[in-house]
Amino acid sequence: MNVNQHTPMAPPYGQPQPGYGQPGYGQPNYAPLDGGYPAPYAPHNGPASAYHPGIPQQGYSSFTSFPSKAMAANPISDPCSPLDLGPARGPPTSGPPPVQAAPQYNQHSSGDIQNGPPPVTQAPPRPPASMQYNQGGVNMSAQQPSFPQHYGPPPTMHQVTNQMTGMHISSGPPTPAGPGYAPPPSSQPPTSSHYGGTPQPSYSQSHPPASSAPSQPPPSSAPAVSQQYYPSSAPPSQQPFNSLPPTSQQRFVSPVQPQQTFPPSSSSSYSGPAPPPTHTSSAPVTQPQQPFLPPQPPFSSAPSGQPPAFTAGPPPPTQGSFPLQAPPPSSQPGSFPPPGPPPSSVASGQYPSSMPPPPQQQPPQSQPPPFHPGPPPPQSQMPPTSIGQSNHQPPGPQGPPSPTGPLQQPPLQQGMPTGYPPQHNGAFGQVRSPQPGYGGPYPGQPNYGAPAPAPQAQKRLDPDAIPSPIQVIEDDKAKTNEPFTTGVRGQAPPLVTTNFQVKDQGNASPRFVRCTAYNMPCTADMAKQSQVPLAAVIKPLATLPPDETPPYVVDHGEGGPIRCNRCKAYMCPYMQFIEGGRRFQCSFCSCVTEVPPHYFQHLDHTGKRVDCYDRPELSLGSYEFLATVDYCKNNKIPQPPAFIFLIDVSYNAVKSGLVSIICQELKSLLDHLPRENPEIDSVIRVGFVTYNKVLHFYNVKASLAQPQMLVVSDVSDMFVPLLDGFLVNVNESRQVIESLLDQIPEMFADTRETETVFGPVIQAGLEALKAADCAGKLFVFHTSLPIAEAPGKLKNREDKKLIGTDKEKSLFQPQAGFYNNLAKECVTQGCCVDLFLFPNQYVDVATLGVVPVSTGGSIYKYTYFQAQSDQERFLNDLRRDIQKPVGFDAVMRVRTSTGIRATDFYGSFFMNNTTDVELAGLDCDKAITVEFKHDDKLSEETGALMQCAVLYTSCSGQRRLRIHNMAVNCCSQLADLYRNCETDTIINFLSKYAFRGVLNNPTKAVRDTLVNQCAQILACYRKNCASPSSAGQLILPECMKLLPVYLNCVLKSDVLLPGADVSLDDRAYLRQLISCMDVAETHVFFYPRLLPLVKLESGALPVAVRDSEERLSKGGVYLLETGLHLFLWVGASVQQELLLNIFGTPSFGQIDSSMTSLPVLENPFSQRLREIIESFRAQRSRYMKLVVVKQEDRAELMFKHFLVEDKSASGGASYVDFLCHMHKEIRQLLS
Amino acid sequence: MATFAEYIAQNEERDGIRFSWNVWPSSRLEATRMVVPVGALFTPLKERMDLPPIQYEPVLCSRATCRAVLNPLCQVDYRAKLWACNFCYQRNQFPPSYAGISEVNQPAELLPHFSTIEYVVQRGPQMPLVFLYVVDTCMDDEDLQALKDSLQMSLSLLPPTTLVGLITFGRMVQVHELGCQGISKSYVFRGTKDLSAKQLQEMLGLAKPSAGQNRGPQGAAPPPTNRFLQPVQKIDMSMMDLLSGLQRDPWPVTQGKRPLRSLGVAMSIAVGLLECTFPNAGARIMTFIGGPATQGPGMVVGDELKTPIRSWHDIEKDNAKFMKKATKHFESLANRAAANGHIIDIYACALDQTGLLEMKCCPNHTGGYMVMADSFNTALFNQTFQKVFSKDVQGSFRMAFSGTLEVKEIGTGGTSQWKICGLDPSTTLALYFEIVNQHNAPIPQGGRGAIQFVTQYQHSSGQRRIRVTTTARNWADAQTQIQSIAASFDQEAAAVLMARLAVYRAETEEGPDVLRWLDRQLIRLCQKFGDYHKDDPNSFRFSETFSLYPQCSTTVQTRASYYRHHFNRQDLTQALIMIQPVLYAYSFNGPPEPVLLDSSSILPDRILLMDTFFQILIYHGETVAQWRKAGYQNMPEYANFQKLLDAPQD
Repeated sequence: MNVNQHTPMAPPYGQPQPGYGQPGYGQPNYAPLDGGYPAPYAPHNGPASAYHPGIPQQGYSSFTSFPSKAMAANPISDPCSPLDLGPARGPPTSGPPPVQAAPQYNQHSSGDIQNGPPPVTQAPPRPPASMQYNQGGVNMSAQQPSFPQHYGPPPTMHQVTNQMTGMHISSGPPTPAGPGYAPPPSSQPPTSSHYGGTPQPSYSQSHPPASSAPSQPPPSSAPAVSQQYYPSSAPPSQQPFNSLPPTSQQRFVSPVQPQQTFPPSSSSSYSGPAPPPTHTSSAPVTQPQQPFLPPQPPFSSAPSGQPPAFTAGPPPPTQGSFPLQAPPPSSQPGSFPPPGPPPSSVASGQYPSSMPPPPQQQPPQSQPPPFHPGPPPPQSQMPPTSIGQSNHQPPGPQGPPSPTGPLQQPPLQQGMPTGYPPQHNGAFGQVRSPQPGYGGPYPGQPNYGAPAPAPQAQKRLDPDAIPSPIQVIEDDKAKTNEPFTTGVRGQAPPLVTTNFQVKDQGNASPRFVRCTAYNMPCTADMAKQSQVPLAAVIKPLATLPPDETPPYVVDHGEGGPIRCNRCKAYMCPYMQFIEGGRRFQCSFCSCVTEVPPHYFQHLDHTGKRVDCYDRPELSLGSYEFLATVDYCKNNKIPQPPAFIFLIDVSYNAVKSGLVSIICQELKSLLDHLPRENPEIDSVIRVGFVTYNKVLHFYNVKASLAQPQMLVVSDVSDMFVPLLDGFLVNVNESRQVIESLLDQIPEMFADTRETETVFGPVIQAGLEALKAADCAGKLFVFHTSLPIAEAPGKLKNREDKKLIGTDKEKSLFQPQAGFYNNLAKECVTQGCCVDLFLFPNQYVDVATLGVVPVSTGGSIYKYTYFQAQSDQERFLNDLRRDIQKPVGFDAVMRVRTSTGIRATDFYGSFFMNNTTDVELAGLDCDKAITVEFKHDDKLSEETGALMQCAVLYTSCSGQRRLRIHNMAVNCCSQLADLYRNCETDTIINFLSKYAFRGVLNNPTKAVRDTLVNQCAQILACYRKNCASPSSAGQLILPECMKLLPVYLNCVLKSDVLLPGADVSLDDRAYLRQLISCMDVAETHVFFYPRLLPLVKLESGALPVAVRDSEERLSKGGVYLLETGLHLFLWVGASVQQELLLNIFGTPSFGQIDSSMTSLPVLENPFSQRLREIIESFRAQRSRYMKLVVVKQEDRAELMFKHFLVEDKSASGGASYVDFLCHMHKEIRQLLS
Repeated sequence: MATFAEYIAQNEERDGIRFSWNVWPSSRLEATRMVVPVGALFTPLKERMDLPPIQYEPVLCSRATCRAVLNPLCQVDYRAKLWACNFCYQRNQFPPSYAGISEVNQPAELLPHFSTIEYVVQRGPQMPLVFLYVVDTCMDDEDLQALKDSLQMSLSLLPPTTLVGLITFGRMVQVHELGCQGISKSYVFRGTKDLSAKQLQEMLGLAKPSAGQNRGPQGAAPPPTNRFLQPVQKIDMSMMDLLSGLQRDPWPVTQGKRPLRSLGVAMSIAVGLLECTFPNAGARIMTFIGGPATQGPGMVVGDELKTPIRSWHDIEKDNAKFMKKATKHFESLANRAAANGHIIDIYACALDQTGLLEMKCCPNHTGGYMVMADSFNTALFNQTFQKVFSKDVQGSFRMAFSGTLEVKEIGTGGTSQWKICGLDPSTTLALYFEIVNQHNAPIPQGGRGAIQFVTQYQHSSGQRRIRVTTTARNWADAQTQIQSIAASFDQEAAAVLMARLAVYRAETEEGPDVLRWLDRQLIRLCQKFGDYHKDDPNSFRFSETFSLYPQCSTTVQTRASYYRHHFNRQDLTQALIMIQPVLYAYSFNGPPEPVLLDSSSILPDRILLMDTFFQILIYHGETVAQWRKAGYQNMPEYANFQKLLDAPQD
């Protein structure tokens, strides 16, 4: 991504440019146009090019997966989304550039959603453009609407790429990628950028060529074309602004974006460029972007593998530099300025001229779409724009935004010293001018150089010019159109936000295991250098969608599962059978083990067992073994588990209606206890306890006429007062149980007991399970700080003064060791604790949560519980919690092949030693994050293997082993690592790492560590993988271009940066909650999903918008989802029609913001909206209460808290600011 | 008052008291030389049909250290309306209500035949009686059923206002809340952990009379009740249900183990519960046990069946590892109960030992019953248990609660007090007096020593009553009037007194020492009072009054604690029976007659009945047995034989 936000960059540009030029590699020539282009392209192309050239070479093939993603994101990724961080920092000036970009973005985004006005302009224009783009750019930008369709086109991409590749290198690689995953190629593109490092040469040839060098010409042409386009198409319509500015911007932006998106396309186009003619059609589109690219090229180039290209001064800027590099800015967003190109663009004529005219044609198309489309053909453009955005996100947005951006941003943007600012200010036209300027940079570099910088400087980083999560998400969705097969080692799966089907072909489904890196560094040094965490997020019992087969159960008979003699790894597809099948060699430890006679099978000519496809354990990544008695505790077949309900009946609980609600609900819930076969009654037994400061056990034996209550008031030394009749089968004792549940609320209706105990409650459940000799789960419903005299008594230690001090960490630590010991006992017994809290004040979640967290349980918290408004949420949570698939008394062990080792584990569990993760309970929602470290060298040839084995007792009492296998590649080039990362998973790891860190370190230190690590990751990339470029340019790896924005979200979370109104309990609660989240949950938690509710079509969700207030339109309604919260935001001047459709009221003022569910109205919109809400709820492990927020209401503050790209009330940086900060950090590291 | 024998009988009839000597030696030295101490067997609540309770308060001596009650032995100055205390010689004014007093208008307490008189205390609330059942559930179903039946039966015998409570125990101890609607509730305690009364109070929510009662429907009940002790009239139905619903302790007992029986804690909780709810009110803790305590404080044997319960052998060898601790536990319980005036009964029914030795102090210190049988399903237990609830003619229980016995004597001027938690009409105490008068300060001739027994107790109707018995005996100079002293010897009383003393010693000293001590005492007595000629064994002769004593003495042996327990509380006749079983002979030759404990008593045509207090043996003579075998008793013409066979069983 090129986020040329910082105009400052601009100034640099001049320099950079030169530099670039140099880097440009031969490009100098290009430099201007091509260079610019290429660069842009590069970025864009980069990916693309990457695909073809470098990538292929590098053996991208492996990356195929990437490609796919890359495709989508390529632009960014490849190039490493070069963001011009420059923005903020160094070159404030750079600011401007962003502006441009921003504007465009805004437009786009806004156009789509909120920024009505800007969008409009842009939109319209774009549409047309998009249209065109679609073809080329589609791929890129198609993103949203167009994407799918466009994607269709992808082929074109491929083609292009192919061509490109063909052109440059060998089409082969690309092609492969092209088709299916052309993506790979695409990814490669990014890689290409990486390539830059290694393959550069080749690249340069291939990609660069395509994009920059060779292609350059074309590119230039492309740009030119684009420019031309503009002139032609755009000009007319937009002419004033849009046309030019937009174009220019777009170019810049687009370049950027396009680059990315286009990159591929562009690349193709590039390649195309050369071939352009041929490609033209398809490529063209891209090319259009390319044109932008040109400007971008700089960026892109930088970003993209095309380093070479980038190197060409221009690219760099474009890519990395979005912001910063003023110069780059020009190239990139800011870079637009690179206006060098812009100029060209601006002076479309110039461009053309400067730019490789020939390509232009193509580019034009593509570009036009983006831009023009945007501006000129508003309508159609929309998509394009979006596309553009999507592609580059930034681009798209940029494109449009730029226009708008200019408008808006201008102010924001730090006025670039030179022309840019003015331009912006001036209006689009200006923008354009900048563009021209850009062009300038390239072509008239000299001139531009100066001007460009200036403008950039003026502007601030354009939010639209920086990597957009939405863009990335949509790109990934668009490019994922076939099932994901797990057979290829090292292939990264689609993002968690994408719906896709998985076919298990030997590695565990990403629903079970997701890795931060699918290409692990071979050596510890590399790993250390890159600082990229090597981790896997494992969700062993994840629920699969109905169209995927749950793991098969394998029975190896009395001998139990076949295992390696030495390391005890279980039979899996990686085991090598030798000696005709009589023995097998363990792929983890290399030890050779005899095959037991009953398991013997002959091998075929390839050395595979003849039956390997008949046996899940030889062909699948995930499966289960039936465990023998040797795997059971005390060598005894386990008893069926039990559920014990422990209900607080103190004054608060009774008064709030909680007790009645629970008892009422349990009556029906007991028919839904987990079972494996829906036909059969659950074998789980149940027991009931109520308590305040004493405990009441209930004898509900079937033979009794009435339940009996046994009070244990000696809480200091808890015991279970009865055995027979406490744990019963629901069906047998139904009458007694119902009688009991009817009577409990009455019995305590007049209670005045306000004190409660807590430790003894868990002890009681534990003792009951011990007495029954079974595992099980406790459901504790608790209301208050346990201050009654008893073990585990707590005192109120909430002290807000400690926040921010070194002692803050103590607030996250449990008050006493009592609960730690208790947790240990619980784990030994297989007693899992789920805690439902209903506090009205501080209850010390940090301490109360110790046992649930250590036993694999969950904590639910309903602060200020009120029956009316919270009942629904609580009951849904309870239902789900009781019904969900769960295993007990589990032990998880992660085995790895020689060279790496699982060193640390994050989640809800307990560890007695360093290897065994003990989980008293493990349900389908719990994920465990495992960190790996090197203890030796890995080999590229064999890759790295990991096998996660979970031994557990199923809900029917069967002892089983669930095995998940995962193989990843290993690399000796850092570039490969960066090309195969998954940011969402990295964020999952980093957040858990940080949230654990606050236990022992000052929060600030933890935050600093995070920022630092992130900076190191990115700096390492910049240093080792990205093409040389101006220091002012921020260059991000394609796969990690969202790392800064997501990381910022982590840093701003309530745990690490609490607002004034966030209680200690909330923080502790969140901290513990995150620790067992999987990637999808952390993703939406940190970056909430914000849907504009404009047109709701069945089957598809509206495309989300970025989490920023400026994306909200006063006239709209938005749905925001975090996995925990669900908001419906209603703009103050919302259209009446919407109101009628949603609320059945014509007036904003009449909306009742206390409603928790929408009225059921008989109109398609309302129906669809409610469907959407339901589907959201169904996706999450916790029920989200709907909160209606009216704009300007007080409740809006809470809502705004989740607009994570904005500055937060608690002092959290805005995305833009943080990106600048990150860039500064990176620069410091680099210098 | 012709003879001492008649005098003794009359005194016993009227005052329930018998002295070992009915004429007292006048100095300490002489008293010591008498060998058998001056002592009394006193039955405080001796049933007196002719004793109407006096509906006013006793008049007390105004001297703070005396406080003796006005009695027939006091000198009264009717004109001055003064009376002189015969213990401390203090002169006291009659209270205003006695203004009309005169020689012809004497209050009852001045009439000689009211040397024993009973007052009803008018002050203070009437406390209800409290019966707290403590029931072991570790027994087989048959036994448990029988026990449940007995308990249910007993409920119907209780006065309606009586408060009842139920504690059951096995592995755990359950205190049942009574009168619950719907769900039955109980508080459960670990059987291995002793709790102080204060802890218990908190845990049962009895914190303060008003605080614990806000929960549940019982809150409205009158102050003295709580959720665990309720008037039987109110909760008899639910109590019946509770009892009938009692199940054998559900915790599994694996083979080779004894059930875990938390007797120690159960009793501790019972004591604690009463302690914090009804201190100093009449209450009975009736404990029914089916075996020894096997866990927690008070355990006397582990739960491993292969380890047998300690035997006398172990005890002698100090090899009973749980004994000391258990004894200590029960002793402290006994003391607490006694301090609060609560009675502890123990009904132990088991084939094996149940650890009564360790627990004996509970009934002993509190005046409770100790009953031992083989099974709850036997007549022995049933009838004994029913007997506990027997009533006198007024329909009141023949039991009293929370008694205090105060003895005021002349001479020392001191008073002594004992607490006797449970009394029944046959409860007899042995009191040993010490003559403190110095040898050289002779008491004036004709002087009399007076003793006043003041027994305060709670009648089973709930009234507090005070029974005052004042009695006096002559002093005699042992030097000169040895004959009259000897003549006043009550050998039966003396035997029992000595036996109790011996039992007491046996508990505190080594067995052989006690026997030796008994022998020596006997010899010394013979020396003192025997009439013999030196070196002529055949000439040894006792006066008639001493004739039985030696025989009794020799049969006093070290017996199991159960026997000792009874020995210490039964009245004189019973005690004598215990000392020396009675053998009655039934034959066609006349009315039943006592015969010697000798094999010569066995004759073919006799039926012998031996009563050892604890057991009754019936022995059919050879001929009788043949007749019986031949079935004569079933033939109408031999109805007389049938009668003979049945006679002993009546």
